Amino acid sequence: MKYHKDIFEIIFHARGGQGAKTAAEILAQAAVSEGKFVQAFPSFGPERSGAPTKTYLRVSNKAIRTKEPVIDPDAVIVLDETLLESVKVTDGLDKNEALIVNTKKSAADVSHKLNFKGKVYPVDANGISLEIVGQPRPNTVILGKIVKITEMVKLESVTSEFQKIFEAKIGKENCEKNIAAIEKAYDAV
Amino acid sequence: MFKKDKTKLALTGGAAAALALKQIEPDVMPVYPITPQTPIIETYAKFCADGEAKTEMIEVESEHSAMSAAVGASAAGARTVTATSSQGLALMNEILYIASGMRLPIMMLVSARALSAPLNIHGDHSDVMGARDAGWIQIFCENTQEVYDKTIIGMKLAEAAKLPVMVIMDGFNTSHSVENLEVLDEKIVKKFLGEYRPEKHLLDVENPVTFGALALQNVYFEFKIDQEEAMWKAAKEYARIAEEYGKISGRKCGIFEKYKTKDAEKILILAGSTAGTAKDAVDDLRKKGEKTGLLKIELFRPFPYEKMAEALKNAKEIIVMDRALSSGSNAPLYSEIISSLYQIQDTKYKIQSVVYGLGGRDVFKKQIEDVVMGKIKSNYLT
Repeated sequence: MKYHKDIFEIIFHARGGQGAKTAAEILAQAAVSEGKFVQAFPSFGPERSGAPTKTYLRVSNKAIRTKEPVIDPDAVIVLDETLLESVKVTDGLDKNEALIVNTKKSAADVSHKLNFKGKVYPVDANGISLEIVGQPRPNTVILGKIVKITEMVKLESVTSEFQKIFEAKIGKENCEKNIAAIEKAYDAV
Repeated sequence: MFKKDKTKLALTGGAAAALALKQIEPDVMPVYPITPQTPIIETYAKFCADGEAKTEMIEVESEHSAMSAAVGASAAGARTVTATSSQGLALMNEILYIASGMRLPIMMLVSARALSAPLNIHGDHSDVMGARDAGWIQIFCENTQEVYDKTIIGMKLAEAAKLPVMVIMDGFNTSHSVENLEVLDEKIVKKFLGEYRPEKHLLDVENPVTFGALALQNVYFEFKIDQEEAMWKAAKEYARIAEEYGKISGRKCGIFEKYKTKDAEKILILAGSTAGTAKDAVDDLRKKGEKTGLLKIELFRPFPYEKMAEALKNAKEIIVMDRALSSGSNAPLYSEIISSLYQIQDTKYKIQSVVYGLGGRDVFKKQIEDVVMGKIKSNYLT
């Protein structure tokens, strides 16, 4: 999938505390480092740990002026698969656009469950991060898959921004493990 | 390939304000947290804790105390800033008038938010409109970049005009949105502002003065006239400082922004973050052959009546979008536009008032286009 309109738009569905905002901000920083224009903001509802949340991300080659929420996304990311039961995550997605889900299920299973004709890309972000990092960190691991599918920024830009933001906080070793997990999600089929 | 540049960042409006403050490095910052302003003081407190800024931060027990401490610090001769939102600004109200009456150059960032009741923490302009008669200069920002730029401009303006300044961003829409930001080198910012040397201050023991003395029937009126004259003069000061800032930053800030208004038959007028969405709406409408323009309010107090009248003189239809009510009266910005038009003898305009976005209600480009096309008959864009 390539940039096909002026502004590439993403919606993240997650639960409060799962780090969707962090994920969107890392992608935003990565895009800025490539000289692109960005906008990232949460849907400003009541924020409670565990409640469903929406986070919006826009990336463009020209300045972004609009402040309206994203209603016609080019890709939708679902960080918590239990949301597939309760939230209409495919709203605004057509058959050429991508749904990326953190799940162990197959693409066919997810498509069938949602009765969705578009492209579904499952990735076991929980599994990958447990295996490599030793903790469930699906929000950053899934970045690898998002970059692979959308090609909105380069993988190196994301890992470099991750390192810049997190190395001091979590230490060099942990940071390297997280980056390895992001790279694995990028390569995962 | 784009060359990495440390002056090009992606930050929220709140973080951009804190970064501008770090470069200003005020002497004193009394603070009390309130959503959606808290990220500003939280980020700034971290700069101080990490030794990146040397401001004396004073944690107080309420916004009334925050503004009281700001008045004390500023009267003592310190470069003083604070930040607030909503109920916090309402609670400061009494002291806002004292700050302006004592001609204290306090700069305050406001992350504008709805007022209770019913309880709502989201963006609108009810709080700052409630403070519009308090003698403070009020400057609205559209986006993160303007928040950064106008925080610096606002500080210099306060000291030049000897009046307090509010720099206003839309709560959440701007304060919590990550957007591109270009920043100046800290040395350039410090040089632009210069060292703050108050003409008179309380710690100048060689030249003792009284601030806020008793002024009865014989002189109170003259004090107020002087203050009012200073306020009107501040418009020119603002324009001069914004132009000077433009020279060092390459970015234009002004009294208002005219977006495609030159040949516009219909002109939309509004303030704050919705201006971005409105510019996209203007472009779409022009593609459909509608000669539309946007006039974005930047300086709201003092209000530029004459310049506004001049800017609107060729319009046939004017739509004023307010993000606040003035209960029992016309919406605040609409009132000002009506007053501006009164200065033009030939009043041939069709003018409409539309209130939008109260309590953080989303506004879509399509809705703004519907307003311009006369499809919304109500005064409320819900």
